Amino acid sequence: MNATLRKLFSFNGGVKPQTNKLDSTREPIAQLPLPAQFVVPLHQSVGGVPIPLVSVGQKVLKGERVGAPDGNYSSAIHAPTSGTVVAIEPRLMAHTSGLTMLCVVIEPDGKDEWIATEKLAYHSLPADEVRDYLRDAGVVGLGGAVFPSHVKLKAGKNTPMKTLVINGAECEPFITCDDLLMRERPELILRGVAIMRELLQAEEAVVGIEDNKPEAVASMQAAAAKFEHIQIVAVPTRYPAGGAKQLIRVLTGIEVPHGKRSTDYGVQCFNVGTAYAIYEAIELGRPLISRIVTVAGNVEKPRNYEVRFGTPMDFVAQHAGVKAGTDSFVMGGPMMGFRMPALDVPVVKATNCIIASSPALFPPPPPEMPCIRCGECARACPTDLQPFEMYWHSRAKNFGKTQEYHLFDCIECGCCAYVCPSNIPLVDYYRFAKTEIWARERQKDAADSARVRFEARNDRIEREKREKAEKLAARTAAARSSAITSGDAAINATEDDPKKALIAAAMARAKAQKADAEHAAPVAAPAASTSESQPNAGEQP
Amino acid sequence: MLIALLAMLGLAILIGASLGYASLKFKVEGDPLVDKIDAILPQTQCGQCGFPGCKPYATAIANGEADINRCPPGGDDGIHKLADLLGREYKPLNAEAGVEKPKAVAFVDENTCIGCTLCLQACPVDAISGAAKQLHTIISSLCTGCELCVAPCPVDCISMQVVEETVDTWKWRYPSFQLKPVATRNAA
Repeated sequence: MNATLRKLFSFNGGVKPQTNKLDSTREPIAQLPLPAQFVVPLHQSVGGVPIPLVSVGQKVLKGERVGAPDGNYSSAIHAPTSGTVVAIEPRLMAHTSGLTMLCVVIEPDGKDEWIATEKLAYHSLPADEVRDYLRDAGVVGLGGAVFPSHVKLKAGKNTPMKTLVINGAECEPFITCDDLLMRERPELILRGVAIMRELLQAEEAVVGIEDNKPEAVASMQAAAAKFEHIQIVAVPTRYPAGGAKQLIRVLTGIEVPHGKRSTDYGVQCFNVGTAYAIYEAIELGRPLISRIVTVAGNVEKPRNYEVRFGTPMDFVAQHAGVKAGTDSFVMGGPMMGFRMPALDVPVVKATNCIIASSPALFPPPPPEMPCIRCGECARACPTDLQPFEMYWHSRAKNFGKTQEYHLFDCIECGCCAYVCPSNIPLVDYYRFAKTEIWARERQKDAADSARVRFEARNDRIEREKREKAEKLAARTAAARSSAITSGDAAINATEDDPKKALIAAAMARAKAQKADAEHAAPVAAPAASTSESQPNAGEQP
Repeated sequence: MLIALLAMLGLAILIGASLGYASLKFKVEGDPLVDKIDAILPQTQCGQCGFPGCKPYATAIANGEADINRCPPGGDDGIHKLADLLGREYKPLNAEAGVEKPKAVAFVDENTCIGCTLCLQACPVDAISGAAKQLHTIISSLCTGCELCVAPCPVDCISMQVVEETVDTWKWRYPSFQLKPVATRNAA
């Protein structure tokens, strides 16, 4: 329980940007009134796109499922309030691309009526059922990566779980949502942590909080006195201490190598917001329909709000008083955040912060200059990569080389671009290279499966041809044997051509018929036709 | 002298025998170069190159019978890769073979389809499902966009639809700087 007892470690690199956190921590978390419409995107987490469960015109209750998880590697979506579904259509997403995705549009009825909720008696259920329950409750990682939590709540196959790391570091500037949550609801977070510890069968749980949040550390430590095996630890403030691998390194000393998972070493990491969501889902039976969102930047009163998913961002920002000059919103922090394509895109599970951006707050970047090989980026990289190498190869579109330098270990924290004296947008190059490599892999998989199908089809056609020929040959043989018994010599000449043989057999049959007719009524010169056909058949060797 | 000759002869026989054994033991089935070329080709199986499929075209390239610039779906990128692999000079895409187009998949208009199965027979990658006098449909995830089903359709119910970008397939653009327009001096 005492923070000073634990030996702390350190990660390489990192930067110390201006935190800008004070303004939004002055006021407690506020609730928002209902907006005129909720636009709830179906795809809010990593994994399969949920399947819509409602139809237009249907009445839904608060917490009712509107999207069913598509497979186990997916997460459900729920109605943020009671009301009517007015549309299910593609709407603009909270995504840099400015592309649309299927959304359920709900008009609130103002009653805000909960669906029947019930506490889950998770002690008496097998762990798999609890995980399925969390999937259906839509619980995903709220630290920003929105990875389905139920998938992560499983110990590694070979290693028993030792340490459950709870991430309350919140290292990114401007963002204070976890800070406020830890100040105001520490006990509820820790109850969620206790559930997770039980599901993972972990020996201990450690909550890491950056030491620039003394109030949060104090309130969490006070609450932790009631819990066993949960330790609250203040970690040094250095961006990106809140990266999963960085925090694991600081708290446990384990450095997860390339290509391995932390579970291989008996460690798993979750955000404090996720712990709170798990408490709500299991102890209260409430699915994940809202989260704490920091509104900061170019606003009158920066503050944290409890925002339901699907609320338009401009509706949230209005309550904090958007100042003149705001031209766009940034979702996330200034280091890793994404610029939104419009002001009214909906808040999603990944939205931890909305920064009202203005040219004065975030001036356009100075022009990119050539790389001078100073190596500052490599010193700043918290994952021990060589950013300048990855940059050159990404820039040259030499993607194989970027992967040799472990591009996919890059967490896009932005430290390299932050320290770059030539103002090179390094992370933009890595993102470009990553998505380009993914696209090529998709193309290659499609080509490989097309090749397999093409070859299978050719084999099938070949086989069908062969079978047809065999059938024909069998039939010919039968026809010939019957022809031989009838004593026709013409067929012998056409032995090796089954088709010709068939024709000859047919002609022979016709001749026999004619001969019968002749026998019945002998007419003059019917031999002309037979004499014509015989030389033809006889030509065959 | 004789010993030297016999020694050389003995060595020659020994080495020849071991080479002969190795050539039988480590025989490579098929032409590995053809497979390497085939791996670069997009497997659209469209026949725009003038060969009945990607593999025959790969074989022709390997035998030096065809140029490397006859594959429109592979595009410029594909030609560069082939040139790198084969050590040949890059050539722009042969316009005779066709032009590079954005990826599209076929789509059957269900109101017009008469269930004739002609497109089923034309599809080189079995991406169309249907039966005689039953509605046909294209399994778009399997369609390579070869367009071979479009021409045989007697009622012209198949159209090609360009594959739109989605959030999952969206790619970050190559970083480039914005050139600021310089204020032009007023001519008057």
